[in-house]
Amino acid sequence: MATFEQSLARLEAIVEEMEREELSLDRALGLFEEGIEQLRAASAELSRAEASVKVLTERANGVLEAADFGA
Amino acid sequence: MIARDEAFALQYAEATPGENAASAVSVATLTRTIKDVLEGAFPPIWVRGEVTDFKQHRNGHWYFALRDREASVRCVVWARDTRRIPAAPDEGMSVVVLGDVTVYAARGDLQFAVKSLDAVGDGLWRKAFEETRGRLERDGLLDPARKRPLPFLPRRIAVITSADGAALHDIISVARRRNPLVELVLIPAAVQGENAPASLCAALDRLEAWGGADVAIIGRGGGSREDLWSFNDERVARKVAASSIPIISAVGHEVDISICDLVADWRAPTPSAAAERAVPVLSDLQRAVATLGRQLQEGAGLVVRDGRRHLEQSARRSGLAARRIVEHRRLGLEGIAGRLHALSPLATMGRGYVVATTADGHVATAARGMQPGDAVQIRFRDGRVDTRVERVRLTDDTQEEGR
Repeated sequence: MATFEQSLARLEAIVEEMEREELSLDRALGLFEEGIEQLRAASAELSRAEASVKVLTERANGVLEAADFGA
Repeated sequence: MIARDEAFALQYAEATPGENAASAVSVATLTRTIKDVLEGAFPPIWVRGEVTDFKQHRNGHWYFALRDREASVRCVVWARDTRRIPAAPDEGMSVVVLGDVTVYAARGDLQFAVKSLDAVGDGLWRKAFEETRGRLERDGLLDPARKRPLPFLPRRIAVITSADGAALHDIISVARRRNPLVELVLIPAAVQGENAPASLCAALDRLEAWGGADVAIIGRGGGSREDLWSFNDERVARKVAASSIPIISAVGHEVDISICDLVADWRAPTPSAAAERAVPVLSDLQRAVATLGRQLQEGAGLVVRDGRRHLEQSARRSGLAARRIVEHRRLGLEGIAGRLHALSPLATMGRGYVVATTADGHVATAARGMQPGDAVQIRFRDGRVDTRVERVRLTDDTQEEGR
């Protein structure tokens, strides 16, 4: 899955390419669809639930996990 | 032997030991007495002088002589005490030492046991710092090209610091204010004291083993040089350099520069500044996404409009071309028709000529050979007439044929 940064960079590239005005309609349509998808991914990243502060703890079996931290 | 000693003791019961030949004390008694007296007489004391004959024993103890122009005294730093001293002193270095006067009773040697040693100025700290820096530099760990970019929007930021320090509090409040969606995960570590380097290393190991963060902040709030010293530890620095995710170092205040700062991917002047660097402001991001969305729609509109214009243009162009082709062919056809028409016998016939054909369907091209009574069909421009030959008259030989 693309990071927010990758989504944003791809979106910028798409918009730039579409603005150059030398695209086939077919290509433009493909770009637009991809752009919408990236836009959705980036927006979703910005509307996740509020994250809490956690603390990394080690369980008895040695597995590390982030548990809630009262701060 | 014991019996005789006791006899002496009884005989000289009133005499102070060693007061006369008869009460002479043993060597061990003497050195033990010196030890007791001397060691009891001196509280820990600061002494200044120059280091000479420095030797590091393989069991970790340091031996040297501290001297000035008039005197010198043998010194020892026990291995466990060397750990608190940033670096071994150089030969001839002016130092101040804090220690106790001790006596090695078995030899009667006086030895100054040093607990703390520092160069005049902060030479030793600087020396230790430069030595570590030099080793890391030789291994290429300070190369600016090694520094990795920080993620633009980290999902999870690991924070390696003390669970109850001011640094953690600052980082949490700055991160929260800027972007409440970013998750902070504390990896607790001791950030000062003798165990701090090992504790920081362990925290960095856990960070690596966990692998759940996109970026990590390692650091602590301000403190004395000694407090911050664990961030100059070479082991810590090497772990930071070996991390698979980018690391922001934030040790003390702006003026404090640590080895950890030098190897990290980003040096923040304070823990708060580290959080500011790591966490982008949410509303800025939302605005950026909204702007891109708008640009995308506009771009799409542009492309569609553009496409339609192209389409119309090419339709127009192709219509024109088709018409031109038809016209061209039509003209060509007319030309051919004209030429054909010119060649048509019908045109000649229009000028008053006719075509005669014999009964067998051949065109009659000569009068010779015709006989009276032969059927001849005459083709006019507008139809045919069936006739019979009455009489044949040849142009040059009329009589002959006429007979």
